[in-house]
Amino acid sequence: MSVDQATVRHIAKLARLKVSDADARKLEGELSTILEWIEQLDEVDTEGVEPMTSVVEVTMKMRDDDVTDGAIADQIIANAPEGEEHFFVVPKVVE
Amino acid sequence: MTDLTDLTIAEARDGLSNREFSAVELADAHIAAMEQGRLLNAFVTETPERALQDAERSDGRLKAGDGRPLEGIPLGIKDLFCTQGVLTTASSHILDGFVPTYESTVTANLWRDGAAMLGKLNCDEFAMGSSNETSHYGPVDNPWRRNGANTSLVPGGSSGGSAAAVAARLCPGATATDTGGSIRQPATFTGTVGIKPTYGRVSRWGIVAFASSLDQAGPITRDVRDAAIMLQSMAGHDAKDTTSVDVPVPDYEAALTGDIRGLRVGIPGEYRMEGMPGEIESLWATGVEWLKAAGAEVVDVSLPHTKYALPAYYIVAPAEASSNLARYDGVRYGLRVPGEDIVDMYENTRAAGFGAEVRRRVLIGTYVLSAGYYDAYYVKAQKVRTLIKRDFEQAFENVDVMLTPTTPNAAFAPGEITDPVTMYLNDIFTVTVNMAGLPGISVPAGLSSEGLPLGLQFIGKAFDESTLFRAAGVLEQAAGFDAQPGKWWA
Repeated sequence: MSVDQATVRHIAKLARLKVSDADARKLEGELSTILEWIEQLDEVDTEGVEPMTSVVEVTMKMRDDDVTDGAIADQIIANAPEGEEHFFVVPKVVE
Repeated sequence: MTDLTDLTIAEARDGLSNREFSAVELADAHIAAMEQGRLLNAFVTETPERALQDAERSDGRLKAGDGRPLEGIPLGIKDLFCTQGVLTTASSHILDGFVPTYESTVTANLWRDGAAMLGKLNCDEFAMGSSNETSHYGPVDNPWRRNGANTSLVPGGSSGGSAAAVAARLCPGATATDTGGSIRQPATFTGTVGIKPTYGRVSRWGIVAFASSLDQAGPITRDVRDAAIMLQSMAGHDAKDTTSVDVPVPDYEAALTGDIRGLRVGIPGEYRMEGMPGEIESLWATGVEWLKAAGAEVVDVSLPHTKYALPAYYIVAPAEASSNLARYDGVRYGLRVPGEDIVDMYENTRAAGFGAEVRRRVLIGTYVLSAGYYDAYYVKAQKVRTLIKRDFEQAFENVDVMLTPTTPNAAFAPGEITDPVTMYLNDIFTVTVNMAGLPGISVPAGLSSEGLPLGLQFIGKAFDESTLFRAAGVLEQAAGFDAQPGKWWA
């Protein structure tokens, strides 16, 4: 299936990626080519086939519900582009 | 004295324990090589002081007779592994200035076993690429060039820096990661050995995530023995990664018996692709003859869904990538580009921080996961993946390993492949292995008509890396690959 520029803009919005008009034009072609190539999967009969959920067969691991880490707020905030005390600072979200 | 940078890990280990040279001397030789090799652009960050500190500590332990498995071995680390206190970029602009406050399990295991860190290696941005051209830090040059030519060539990708550094003898071994072929394809392009272990064999904790159900770390080295030595230290169960599997790690070096008599080697007919270059096909046939001569039994096998692995991969991998890369939002680490409000800030940051290939994959991934398309794309791809895995399970009822070419071609020139789908086709022989979670190893087996290295790949059963090493060791012996690139960069 091919995508048009409006679809490119819509998915870019979902992905939180700013695209210029020139980008959208270019991506329309690139994404359509990739998606058309992917469509060869339609040839495969997958009737009754379970979708893969885990590539190696393992049983879900359980662990004790213990606190094993924490009290490292300094480390968590260490790489923030903008921080204050132990908070991440972002542009105002509530008027 | 021989040049210390010519030594393999095994040779350096023996030389160190016999006190023929010190760990500091070994580190110094590699630091000098790393500095002389800057034209290759293999390293994003050099850490010579750290390498020397590590080496001094190793000399102390070696003197006390207390050496560990990798004592004093200087290694390069792909810049996808978080290293505490050392810049980690994933070769992306969006991780500008990111200095992890923790250490990935794989690198922690290497330091536990005595290795020294030379620096962080260039790769495709977020490991998305097959040529190292998508790196924010610029392309890596392949140490190899075509006969009589000065044209630069790509080292493959995404672990291009790892492969180039090992081939150019800037380091004897390097860590790498492989989501669709990112260890094995660059290993082939540079005449080195690369193994992607079984999914779950090596912890993914602290490795910058690309596609979590496919990513697996492994080593790139100059020979099979060194790959066994490095994987020994890298592998093992880790409580911090729920997908790491709690099974014992066998002694991989001990698996190198040189004896493959009676080993059943499968040849998947579907890998004989239309338009495959004659020299790849004849190298493959030669490989089969070598194994037969060593006493292996060669059997034809069929993997009917082979041609669908790559298109299915280009649904699954971008889908997982779009989720994994949602975390880069200009809030917690790396780049922030201001905007009118918070959403504008997110959008500006991600547009500026991600390169073209990463943006493409994030968009494809978002599209295939979006409402109304999820079943048609993602669920369909995961069903195809079940069929691919089933193909392997059935074929492995009759054989112990399979032999295939690693790539459909030798190294190409930067800018030679501009169409994304053509670039993706470079992974056609490697990607099936990731889709099925199996181990695969690439071994240099010969030179192309233009004098470039070509590799053959063994595919093994889940968690049977030992048989891969055994078979790869025999093929390596038979191939006697000892060609080296001319040192044009030094």
